[in-house]
Formats: sequence, C-alpha cells, structure tokens
Amino acid sequence: MFKWLDKNLPKIVLAPSLGLISWFVYGFILWTFYISFTNSKILPKYELWGVGQYVKLWKTHKWLIAVDNLLIFTVLFLVICIVIGVILAIFLDQKIRAEGVLRTIYLYPMALSFIVTGTAWKWILNPTLGIQKLFIDMGFENFTFDWLVNREMAIYTIVIAGVWQSSGFVMALFLAGLRSIEDEIVKAAKIDGAGLFTVYWKILIPMMRPVFFTSFVILVHISIKSYDLIVALTQGGPGISTTMPALFMTQTAFHKSQVGLSAASAMMMFMAVAAVIIPYLYSELRRENVS
Amino acid sequence: MSANTTIASYKQLEGRSKITNLLLRWFLYFILILFASYFIFPLYVMLVTAFKTMPEIRQGNLLTLPNQLNFESWIVAWGGRGYGAGDTYLRPYFWNSIKMVVPAVFFSTFIGAMTGYVLTKWRFKGDRWVFLFLLFGCFIPYQAILLPMARTLAVLGISNSILGLVVVHSVYGIPFTTLFFRNYYVSIPDELIKAARIDGAGFFKIFFKILLPISAPIIVVTVIWQFTQIWNDFLFGATFSFGKAAPIQVALNNMVLSSTSVKEYNVDMASAIIAGVPTLIVYVLAGKYFIKGLTSGAVKG
Repeated sequence: MFKWLDKNLPKIVLAPSLGLISWFVYGFILWTFYISFTNSKILPKYELWGVGQYVKLWKTHKWLIAVDNLLIFTVLFLVICIVIGVILAIFLDQKIRAEGVLRTIYLYPMALSFIVTGTAWKWILNPTLGIQKLFIDMGFENFTFDWLVNREMAIYTIVIAGVWQSSGFVMALFLAGLRSIEDEIVKAAKIDGAGLFTVYWKILIPMMRPVFFTSFVILVHISIKSYDLIVALTQGGPGISTTMPALFMTQTAFHKSQVGLSAASAMMMFMAVAAVIIPYLYSELRRENVS
Repeated sequence: MSANTTIASYKQLEGRSKITNLLLRWFLYFILILFASYFIFPLYVMLVTAFKTMPEIRQGNLLTLPNQLNFESWIVAWGGRGYGAGDTYLRPYFWNSIKMVVPAVFFSTFIGAMTGYVLTKWRFKGDRWVFLFLLFGCFIPYQAILLPMARTLAVLGISNSILGLVVVHSVYGIPFTTLFFRNYYVSIPDELIKAARIDGAGFFKIFFKILLPISAPIIVVTVIWQFTQIWNDFLFGATFSFGKAAPIQVALNNMVLSSTSVKEYNVDMASAIIAGVPTLIVYVLAGKYFIKGLTSGAVKG
C-alpha cells in the first residue's frame, strides 16, 4: 500500500489539476456544445433539437453585424498593432538613449484593464469636451470628431483604444526576437556592404517569421475575445453598431435568456479560436521536438 | 575577402556624411518620442481631469492643467458622498478585489508549480499530451464555459460571492501557471533531482528542498501575471457577481455608466486611476518580470 502510494505520488499530485481542467474546460465546452443543439430558453433543456439554433443564429441581424464588426476590428487591430510594434522595436534597437524608459512607456497600457482603458478613451473621445474641443481651442473652429456617437465610425474608436492597449506588447515580442539574433549576422551583412535598411528588410524581418506568427495568433485571439473594451467604451452602441460576438453571447444568455442561441454563438467563437490556436500549438510543439 | 577590403567597406559605411547620420538620429528620436506621447496622453488626461473641478473641465480642454490640485473627486470616488442608497464608490469593491485576488493567486500558483514539477521531473508516457491538454485551457474563449459555470456556482451555492470568483479564477489560472512553471523547470538539470533521489529524498522533499528555493524568479513572474489578470478581469466578475460582491472593475464600470445625475468626468477619471493603480505599481516596480510573463506565454524555447 505504502509502496503503491510512493510510486504513484506524482500522478496523484497531477490528478487535481488534470481533473479540474477536464471538468471545467473540456466538460463545460462539451456541455455548451450539447446545449447548442437544444431548444433551451431560460433554463437548459436536454432534448435534442438539431441545428436550429445555428440556423437561427446566422439569420439574426445582430449576430451578422457582430461578425462584420469582428472582421473589421480584427484586420485593423492586427495590421496597426504589428506595424507600430515592428517600427518601435526596430527604432528602439538602434542603441537609443533612455531605451528602458521608452519601453516602459510603450508597454504600460498592457498592465491596465480594458475597463480602465475604455473609461479613459470614452472621456477623450467624447464629442463635446474631448478631442474635438481640444482642436477647436487650438484654432480649428470647424473641427468635428464624433466617432463615438456615430453609427458608421464607432467601431473605429474601439480600434483606437485596442491598438493603444496592445501595440506595446507586439513591440516587446519583436524586440525580444531582434535581440535573440546574433550580432554576427548583422555585422557580416554590413561588411558585405548592405545598408541598415537592407539589413532589416532583407535579413532581420524575414528571420522574424515566428514572431509574426505568434503576434498574429495572440492578437486574433485577443480580438475574438474582445468584450470588456466594448462594454466600457460603447456598450455595443450607438444602437447595435459596435456589437461583437462576445457581447452578443453574454447579452443573449443573460439578458434575453436564450440559452440555446447563446450557446451556439459561443461555439462559433470557440471554433474560430480553435482554428487559429490548434495549428499554433501544434507548430510550437513540433519546434520544441526538433530543438 | 582580404583585410584591406574589409576596412575599406567599413570606411564606406562610416563615411556616410555626418549630417545625414545626425538627421537620421533626430528623426529616430522624433518618432520614438511622438509614440511615447501617444501612449502617455491618456494617462496625462486622466490625471489632470481627476484633479479639476467640473466648471474647470467645461472651460478648459483635455490638456489644460488644473488651477489647483482639487482632491474632491478622489475622495468621492473612493468613499462616496455619504448619502446612502445609490451612492456608489470604490472602497468596498477595492477590498472585494483584494479578497478575491490573494487566495486565487495563491491557489493557482501553487497548483501550477506542482503540476509543472510533475510534468518535467517525474516524466511518464504521454506527459507531453497532458501538458498540451492543460495548455489549451489558456486559449479558450470563456464564453464557451460561462453558462455551465454559472449553473455550477449556483449548485455549489457560491454564485454571487467572492468565494465563487476565487474558485473560477483559481481554476482558469491553472493552464497559465502550469505553462510558466513547466517551462522553467524544464531548463533545470535532471541530474540535480536524480542525485537527491539516490540520497533518498522523496517527491515532496525534492520539491520543497531543491526546486522551490531556486524558483523565486518564476514565482514572481507567475504571481505578477496572475495578479494582473485577476485584478483586471471583467467578464467573470460581471457574469458571476453583482451588487455588493462585485470586484472593482465591475464597480468602476457601473459607476461610469450610471447616469443618475450630471456626468462627473473628474470622479470617473479618479475612479479609473484608483482601479488601475495596483497593477500599474506592480508594473513599474517589477516591469522586467511582467514582460517576461507576457512574452514567455507566447515565445518559448
């Protein structure tokens, strides 16, 4: 008995975390998956109902707007964050004085919650006393900036705040990547007569492919999960113009009590994330196997 | 390539006119400082707004400095006006968050450390798959678990309580903490453990006497990561708690959105800063470890 215990101790210690994750992650996802095939309203029903919720979901105007917004947001958020992140990393890599201070400034938004960020930007972007007034005071008398309350433009205010929060993170990833490349490679290229621009464009940036990949995965993942920022900044408004899938899911579940439909939307989000994450984990694991 | 040409091409590089170099340098600093101002701008606006009075806010603009430091809005944000019902202020929710964060960080870190230890130093067939199985939990959109979690908390009788949030954060922190500790322990030589085993040290003795004393850096990284994540969480807080049991981010959001009277931007900004200050302090004091957590979650090996 004692011997058995001794031999299996590692597995016994591993059991709680394995059990918790099996139940709270995989079990719960399966439950949500199952419920998405039922006609559950306020309370879950366990009779199977088929794919009705998915059909209904893709006919729901609000969901379609949410998906549209997600696409717009993801593309802009991704491209702008990566461009800013790469530029800042390369510039910081030029033996800059006070690099530490600048790096700290670029990255501090990551330490704040999206609610704090959203609250701050909501005040900055408010059309009466915010940026608009700043420019009018500066002498641009006809300047208007009302994106926050403009149905067409409100989604871009979420991009502005999101980029502000996350581009420092991309900078940190790329800076770490650049620093991990041997100086010898750069020196050799310079000796061969390559200018600094060529060194970056032809040698270093292509070598950063894994970092691009990582940034892509993390940023897409952040954008699919975006919820807090929208709640704090626009609450999905004006109207429903800035709804996104995560917001749709919680509103459908907890305000509209359409549990089946919200489970279907949650599964759509899960599949979108899985489509990005599974190849990523697979490639990371393979890389580890090789090295 | 002969030594001569090497020197020659070096000369060529260095030979680019001094003025061009200087201009490039200025341009570099200009862009870097421009971005720095973009990142600082909201923090600056928040601070000056929080110290202004409402008439000052209406007269001036985002950038104008307050005439004098006015602490009224900070006092109201933290302690309220004292007229009872409908008076929301942050103090009780700040303590809620502390009561939630401390145990949740402790449990998730401890479980992660043990799991990482088993997965690296007591390897078994399929341990890699177990790691992957756990790791996937880092990435799931929590919307896919919200509904069953809400029901589970209700069944356990801990919905709308701090204890419920402690459970939720402890569980969903495990994948991250496991990742950190596993990646750290993988780099510690197995010989150390083998020698201890030959000396007769058991499972727990090896962990507490050998691994734990050298784990300080990764414990710091993990604690900071978990603290920041849990303190800043809104989704779980807003879904599983309301009213008196809400954590600070939920309270902040409610305060800012409540439209009972005239919008008081100065109180809003003071509240936002109060809700953000704990994680900001940690970031300023231990930024190195914070960045390590951020990047080691993403780039491994």
